[in-house]
Amino acid sequence: MTNIEELVKQQAEVHGTTRESLMPILQAVIRSERFLSEDAMVAIARELDISTADVFGTASFYTFMDTTPKGKNIIRVCKTITCHMKGKDAVIGALEDLLKIKLGENTSDGKFSLLQANCLGWCHKGPVMLINDEVHPEVTPESAVEVIQGYLKQK
Amino acid sequence: MENKIKKVDLIFEQVDYLEILDRSFKRTQDEIILDIIDSGLRGRGGAGFPTGLKWKFAKNEEADQKYVICNADEGEPGTFKDREILTQVPEKVLGGMALCGKSTGASRGYIYLRGEYNFLLPQLNAAIDKFHEDLKNMNFDFTIEIKSGSGAYVCGEETALMESMEGKRGEPRNKPPFPTTSGYLGKPTSVNNVETLVFALMIAKEGPTKFKEMGTFDSRGSKVFSVSGDTPKAGIYELELGMSLEDFVNEFGDGDTKAVQIGGASGFCVARKHFKETVIGFEGIPTGGSMMLFNSTRSMYNILNDYLEFFEEESCGQCTPCRVGCQQLLKGIEAVKKGNRPPSYLDELQKLSETMKIASKCGLGQSAPNPFNSIINNFREEIIY
Repeated sequence: MTNIEELVKQQAEVHGTTRESLMPILQAVIRSERFLSEDAMVAIARELDISTADVFGTASFYTFMDTTPKGKNIIRVCKTITCHMKGKDAVIGALEDLLKIKLGENTSDGKFSLLQANCLGWCHKGPVMLINDEVHPEVTPESAVEVIQGYLKQK
Repeated sequence: MENKIKKVDLIFEQVDYLEILDRSFKRTQDEIILDIIDSGLRGRGGAGFPTGLKWKFAKNEEADQKYVICNADEGEPGTFKDREILTQVPEKVLGGMALCGKSTGASRGYIYLRGEYNFLLPQLNAAIDKFHEDLKNMNFDFTIEIKSGSGAYVCGEETALMESMEGKRGEPRNKPPFPTTSGYLGKPTSVNNVETLVFALMIAKEGPTKFKEMGTFDSRGSKVFSVSGDTPKAGIYELELGMSLEDFVNEFGDGDTKAVQIGGASGFCVARKHFKETVIGFEGIPTGGSMMLFNSTRSMYNILNDYLEFFEEESCGQCTPCRVGCQQLLKGIEAVKKGNRPPSYLDELQKLSETMKIASKCGLGQSAPNPFNSIINNFREEIIY
């Protein structure tokens, strides 16, 4: 059994194999792998006894369920109105320079993905960015770079 | 100048929620529901359905299982009050859910928490564990579980939310049947906004009178506002309903407020010349709490463009008026701005937006035309030139 099959099996034991378990299992795979590979979706479909197309159809509906490879840490900068007004473009520019990638790309070492997201719910403290589940409100280009450098040192 | 903004402290006030529940559990379902109906409480997520009636409908259904759902899929741009409520007073939200469970005869509750708020999970789960202990001591059978979203605005629509909970694409269902008849897993379900549940608990504590005496005939009580944009006072404020937009801007504006977007991206943009006669509430312009202020340095074209981009991305794509309509509105204003289409094209787009309002399946497609029309009507020249 591959790692991903094991992970899916183990998650199915926790959440069950009914249709309602699909979201928590997909979310668990995302937490561990950062994206849903074809292998993962096939394994989930087998475990839940539904079609692979159904798994892909569900997953592809949700913004946070990527089906293409992503970096170990996903950076999402909020792009909606107030964060736009408060300077999210400068934050993204600084991160692009630091990581040497463009918006939507992964770093070549697989450590980071840089994405934009719709409203993250911090409009009074924009611009805001999420790194995986961790939230960083009121970032400036400088403080955003510092946060990422912290991650670079860590891992 | 007289301060016409009345600050209230019901939502974030620390209360002995177990004492409130203990008292409520000794009352009949009808007594609790009648108090909520009498208070005039309407849903605080934006749509404003009378909460007491919703609970009554759910209560009147015969079923072996019923559900309570707390809608914490707070995705409306400019709204961030539910996150704050869940951070500061999670036990009051859980208390409101148990109260709803008692009133409607449901023994299971779910919080649908948007994926963007996953960082709240550890503290919320801890609060739920403690709450389960407390309920066990009170001999009340009610359990709460969190279901996470994964970044889809439309899942804040209650039927899309339940589809998502059932492990499917978050596509809204046809209504009727309404969730109080056939909701999660086909069972009677009452879906309530985070803030609504806390108000229900506070009405159970204080009785309906105190709440009813605040606000106006159509908009009783107070409301938590999320204030953002060009304001020196960005943040969260609980205010009595029924104030004029002029009073609001006097309190929160930066002295140069050109327009206010009430109700988030799906709400209405009000220009300065209409501040005086605009009432914030169900008789005027309702809001789920989002108040975005814009000063004279802002381009209304950019603002509208942002809103339409948002809807174009977040439309679930299930029904044509919304899927194609949102795309065409966005493409349309870009074409007019670039001069590829004449200004009269905006009139064509406004006709399209009327079709979207009538023919879209859910609130997303029905309300995406709101910012479009209100910005075009007030700031037409900024869209063209």
